[in-house]
Amino acid sequence: MARAAQADFKTRLQVWLPKLVLSPSLALMLVFVYGFIVFSVYLSFTDSRLLPSYGWVGLENYSKLWRLSHWWTSISNMAVFAFLYIGICTFLGLGLAIFLDQKIRAEGMLRTIYLYPMALSFIVTGTAWKWFLDPGIGLENVMQSWGWVSFEFDWIKNRDFAIYTVVLAAVWQTSGFVMAMFLAGLRGIDNEILKAAQMDGASNWNLYRRIIIPQLRPAFLSAFVILSHLAIKTFDLVIALTGGGPGRATELPATFMYSYTFSRNQMGIGAASATIMLMTIAAIMIPYLYAELREKS
Amino acid sequence: MSVASQDTAIRTGRAVRTLIYLVLVLFALFYLLPLYVMVVNSVKPLVEITGGGMMNLPQVFTLEPWAKAWSSAQIGVQPTGLSPYFWNSIKMVVPAVAISTVLGALNGYVLTKWRFKYDTILFGLILFACFIPFQIVLIPMAKMLGLMGLAGTTWGLVLVHVVYGVGFTTLYFRNYYAVFPTELIRAAQIDGAGFFQIFWRILLPSSGPIAVVSIIWQFTNIWNDFLFGASFAGADSQPMTVALNNLVQASHGVKEYNVHFAGAILAALPTLLVYIVAGRYFVRGLMAGSVKG
Amino acid sequence: MGFLDIDNATKAYGAVEVLHRVDISVQEGEFLVLVGPSGCGKSTLLNMIAGLEDITSGEIRIKDTLMNGVHPSKRNIAMVFQSYALYPNMTVGQNITFGLEMHGVPKPEREKALKEAANLLQIEPLLDRKPGALSGGQRQRVAMGRALVRNPDVFLFDEPLSNLDAKLRVDMRTEIKKLHQKLGTTIVYVTHDQIEAMTLSTRIAVMNGGYVQQLGTPQEIYDTPANIFVATFMGSPAMNVIPAKVAIKDGLPMALVALHDGSEVALPFSQQNMADWAGKEILLGIRPETITDEDAADRKSSNIAHLSNRIVVTEPAGSDTFVTMTLGGKDVIARMRSDADVRPGADFTFAVNMEKAIAFDPASQNRIAP
Repeated sequence: MARAAQADFKTRLQVWLPKLVLSPSLALMLVFVYGFIVFSVYLSFTDSRLLPSYGWVGLENYSKLWRLSHWWTSISNMAVFAFLYIGICTFLGLGLAIFLDQKIRAEGMLRTIYLYPMALSFIVTGTAWKWFLDPGIGLENVMQSWGWVSFEFDWIKNRDFAIYTVVLAAVWQTSGFVMAMFLAGLRGIDNEILKAAQMDGASNWNLYRRIIIPQLRPAFLSAFVILSHLAIKTFDLVIALTGGGPGRATELPATFMYSYTFSRNQMGIGAASATIMLMTIAAIMIPYLYAELREKS
Repeated sequence: MSVASQDTAIRTGRAVRTLIYLVLVLFALFYLLPLYVMVVNSVKPLVEITGGGMMNLPQVFTLEPWAKAWSSAQIGVQPTGLSPYFWNSIKMVVPAVAISTVLGALNGYVLTKWRFKYDTILFGLILFACFIPFQIVLIPMAKMLGLMGLAGTTWGLVLVHVVYGVGFTTLYFRNYYAVFPTELIRAAQIDGAGFFQIFWRILLPSSGPIAVVSIIWQFTNIWNDFLFGASFAGADSQPMTVALNNLVQASHGVKEYNVHFAGAILAALPTLLVYIVAGRYFVRGLMAGSVKG
Repeated sequence: MGFLDIDNATKAYGAVEVLHRVDISVQEGEFLVLVGPSGCGKSTLLNMIAGLEDITSGEIRIKDTLMNGVHPSKRNIAMVFQSYALYPNMTVGQNITFGLEMHGVPKPEREKALKEAANLLQIEPLLDRKPGALSGGQRQRVAMGRALVRNPDVFLFDEPLSNLDAKLRVDMRTEIKKLHQKLGTTIVYVTHDQIEAMTLSTRIAVMNGGYVQQLGTPQEIYDTPANIFVATFMGSPAMNVIPAKVAIKDGLPMALVALHDGSEVALPFSQQNMADWAGKEILLGIRPETITDEDAADRKSSNIAHLSNRIVVTEPAGSDTFVTMTLGGKDVIARMRSDADVRPGADFTFAVNMEKAIAFDPASQNRIAP
């Protein structure tokens, strides 16, 4: 009898073990992700300044936030940055992928070259571009010393253009990765469909426009989701490249949140801005994850 | 050019091909340019850079900037160079990668082979954690690390990176194990193997490719992280990226661009090496998870 | 009380019941085949016997011991999977003895059991290879070796031959049958292939929609199918099902069937009780091999009917020629000798063995005669 009972316990343990094994990760998520989100959202409704404080102020932080020109600057910078970054990365990634898919001789080497920036830290990328674009020692100086005296390229120091240098460096870093995503999509297309279309007399241009690119829909979607979430999270690159300047010309919501929370001691407003960032990403990610996971199960 | 090949069946004319090669090479130059600038300027004296020679090969070759960046550059208050921060990064990355990979493997195993009600929702919750803007957790995390006595320590950073990395490792292992035949698990169950025996004896020996993916991904992400390092590291636990930024942004004294470039390469070297040595296993491992499924 | 009892077994996923009150009692040494189209619940039932899926209600007993909730490894069963499920990282020998190792059998005994099984299946030269280096047929043998070595009470086979090519499948089928005759073990075998079911089994359970449609010997299933599903699922080409009307002629019940031109032919039943259905519609089931030319008609039959009808298509298949005609508005296939003089478009006189004909109730789809 005792043996049977023991065996039964073992069998039941086998049923519980999987859940037991999953539970540490779930506990971590529950506390460090969802608990923290709740806490931060709560803070955004309080009068927290240097330290968390629990005086309820309702929507005051949000109304203050939306009256700050600093916040508006980072939001409009984000709009410009995200639009260009996502657009250019997608266009470039797709174009390079299509070109690389034409039985190119040194494909492996080119792919490696296009992709390696992905392995670098944004701090490294920022440092490299910061000095390369610096008018004092970088491109402008080089061109002038090569004899093109009237050459001017001071975007990184120019309030109206500095945000485009952030776009440039960010595109440099991630477009190769987007290229890889599209290349994988292109390689997944059934060659027989292409042959059939060629038999139907489609030109290369029409083949891409009517047959191939429409079939890359999933790759477009993944690229958009990944790029938009990277765009919203962009922080290190700005810190290393421009430090948010000149002035506030390259401030983004992530840098805004950081400086309001940790240097300006406006934790409530910082938390409010973080909440808005989270909601923006959630609006993109949740439908995407929902669709993906539903499809798989 | 034969038409029968596993890539595209599209044929192009000669002029078009020349144009394609031209564009591809131009972009290769674009991607290589910053690397060229970094390497070339890290081995020349400062005067050559300030004198307008950034694009030139060094006239005087010197390793002085490298030596300085590694061991004597002024970072923060101390002239220590980047070396102590390099080791800080190593001490943080190795345990964080190991722990998050092991957790991801176990989670992936449970979520694919021991499915239960709502497991997809739980996975969605774990996965979403990868994509949150980390600004939303900065404040409570700082407080929590303080409460746990981990504020400013390497172990605190390890904890942070495990928490926010486990979603990715779980994703990788889940996708990989999803195409691992469930019949093998059932056969092993009938053979009398338990939960961990099945994992050790059946699943793990076949997990090499995806473990490589998980390790490379985590290593790159954690090594390159700046936000958590800048927010939670103490003076003696700052990782390489934070130290490099401090070096470059330092406002005092002469800007030693050659030292900055050498430092940047030092910070990039580990991940770059991993990419060059193991990059193809990364792609192959990713494919192994998706192609079969 | 049987050797393996499935008693009122039901399986439900949430509110969806996929298996309804299954009752099967298997005797020791029996070879039971569960056959049916995909999604009929046969694999679910097998997995429930194995313990890989919970039983929602009802009981499963092996040797009179209740197995509900017992771990698969403690039921003394062995299973051969469709994909063979060989552990890719272990050698053939390790694959076969893994189960013994997990059950704490000492190494010398494991080696002995391995030798015996390998000898029986003639796979001794393969023992140090990895499964990846084996052919389909070899993998199949290794999978069976892994089951044999456990010396289980019940062997479970889950579509074990469906991944093999046609010729190998026939060979392995024979091997499995030989093995069963030699060892006399109790086997439950799942397949969607009705020929496998007919050739291997001592009894067949035909399943559809989560119900056992009929449980019986192969002969019973073939000759007296319980309903139209069983009748058309078992046998190839499938049984012809022809709309007909019952009438009394010369005091005998007859089936009136429309020919290609709309005229009717009367086919006499062998069963008097069909008179009860006079004036009603029925469905007449006639197997293709019971429609022949006159010379090939079954001499032992006491009830051969004749009908003249137009041939639509002929399909010579070597040993036989299949002839399609229209009866009761349906395509009806006859299985003729290959030398029968049949041409499309020609009229031909067929002999129908009405002794073998089966009548079904069109409403319930159940057999009403014989």
